[in-house]
Amino acid sequence: MKYTKYITSAAGLLGLGAILVACTPAPTMKTGYDYAIPETQAMQDDDFSNPAFVWVDIGEEQWSTVDGEAGKSCESCHGDASSMKGISTSYPKYSAEDGKMRTLQHQINYERTERMKAKAWKWEGDEMLGMASFIKNQSKGMPLNVSIEGEAAPFYEAGKAFYMQRRGGLDMSCKNCHMDYPGVKIRANVLTNGLPNGFPTYRLKWQKIGSLHRRFRGCNSNIRATPYKQGSDEYTNLELFLTHRANGVAVETPAVRN
Amino acid sequence: MTYRTILSTLVGIALFGTLAANANAAEYMIVDGTIPDSLTGKPGDAANGKKLAINRKKGNCLACHVMPIPEEQFHGEVGPDISDVGSHFTEAELRLRLVDPKVLNPDTIMPAFLKPGTHDVLKKFDGKTILGEQDIEDVIAYLMTLKGQYSQ
Ligand code: HEC
Ligand code: HEC
Repeated sequence: MKYTKYITSAAGLLGLGAILVACTPAPTMKTGYDYAIPETQAMQDDDFSNPAFVWVDIGEEQWSTVDGEAGKSCESCHGDASSMKGISTSYPKYSAEDGKMRTLQHQINYERTERMKAKAWKWEGDEMLGMASFIKNQSKGMPLNVSIEGEAAPFYEAGKAFYMQRRGGLDMSCKNCHMDYPGVKIRANVLTNGLPNGFPTYRLKWQKIGSLHRRFRGCNSNIRATPYKQGSDEYTNLELFLTHRANGVAVETPAVRN
Repeated sequence: MTYRTILSTLVGIALFGTLAANANAAEYMIVDGTIPDSLTGKPGDAANGKKLAINRKKGNCLACHVMPIPEEQFHGEVGPDISDVGSHFTEAELRLRLVDPKVLNPDTIMPAFLKPGTHDVLKKFDGKTILGEQDIEDVIAYLMTLKGQYSQ
């Protein structure tokens, strides 16, 4: 990944980008990292300067903390957190029990309420964001790989329809910005492909880490559209569409964005 | 509503084969990719039009267009540079491009400034247009003064 990135950018400088890209394996889609300014990239590159690690550390601590009536922690069943390597790349995932898709955050709360008999965590709370970023961080660098086959297919279609639908007072769709104009400036921001691979993400504007669904709410409100609830079916299906679109792109969690 | 709305719908059908029925639509008549008549009958105020083009809660044209407004930072580049737009378009052409650019390009990202959104609109903005009729006349008056190149 990194290696390919260096080669192509160096080649771009020499004006040979096109030739080299043709010889390297299919390039993956550019992420928010690729469009970020060097200072922001540097913050993400170094775990010690990345402010999101405050939450990753919360997650690590919770991993082995016993909670709930069953008297268990995540570690009691899953052992060392390295067992989570690669796991998050296939979420959202169809659950036969729920009859719909589960994001990783839904799965975390399922473990808590069903297996640990503990209280569910708030979607945007420090423990939840901490655990989600700790688990996803175990897969950092691995390609996203969700399935939209079989039972997942109709949920994918619903997510896609949401993405393409114009909405709000400005009557814009996600596609209008993130498929039609990646790399283009919209006032002070550079639009990107709007990928989910860095979430939970530390946003300088938020001064904290936040979930993908919080970002959806922001993008919806900006176009004067009614936001949906974090964890809602609408946003879960949208996450499935976005993640499938980003299949093959490496996990960056926890990313830093402006 | 009135004969003008009906006319615009009919012309719409004749020109584009679609029925853009909208109870809240302002009254205007589309002719050959233009709206020939002023929306208000009152001349536009170019100075106010410039303010509306800058204002993030109003026109916010700078979000997507480079314009000859050096005192403002951050001109977007989603749409074309419009610093010379007054030399290339008539008022009537600009009026349709502001009222409802989707008539010309259904896939455009540019908002229709005189048509309310129809899907999942925040309560606060329900049934509301982004700009008012006189606002649009003001922006047109400003755009007509833009004659000449500008580099940021
Ligand atoms: C009017 C333009 C616009 C629309 C419409 C829009 N967004 Fe965004 N979005 C932005 C901007 C600007 C940013 C910040 C720059 C970036 O990351 O692209 C952003 C960021 C994002 C990000 C964060 C990407 C990252 O790397 O951190 C995601 C995810 C996203 N948008 C998804 C969506 C979805 C899903 C929709 C529709 C429900 C949507 N956006 C609609 C403008 C828009
Ligand atoms: C979210 C993006 C966006 C906003 C906001 C926006 N535009 Fe546009 N505009 C575009 C795009 C993209 C085009 C290119 C034509 C198309 O997409 O149909 C365009 C085209 C135009 C054109 C035709 C220019 C040409 O050379 O063909 C004019 C005039 C124009 N816009 C004026 C305005 C004004 C005035 C405002 C604010 C009141 C505004 N626009 C707001 C995106 C935008």
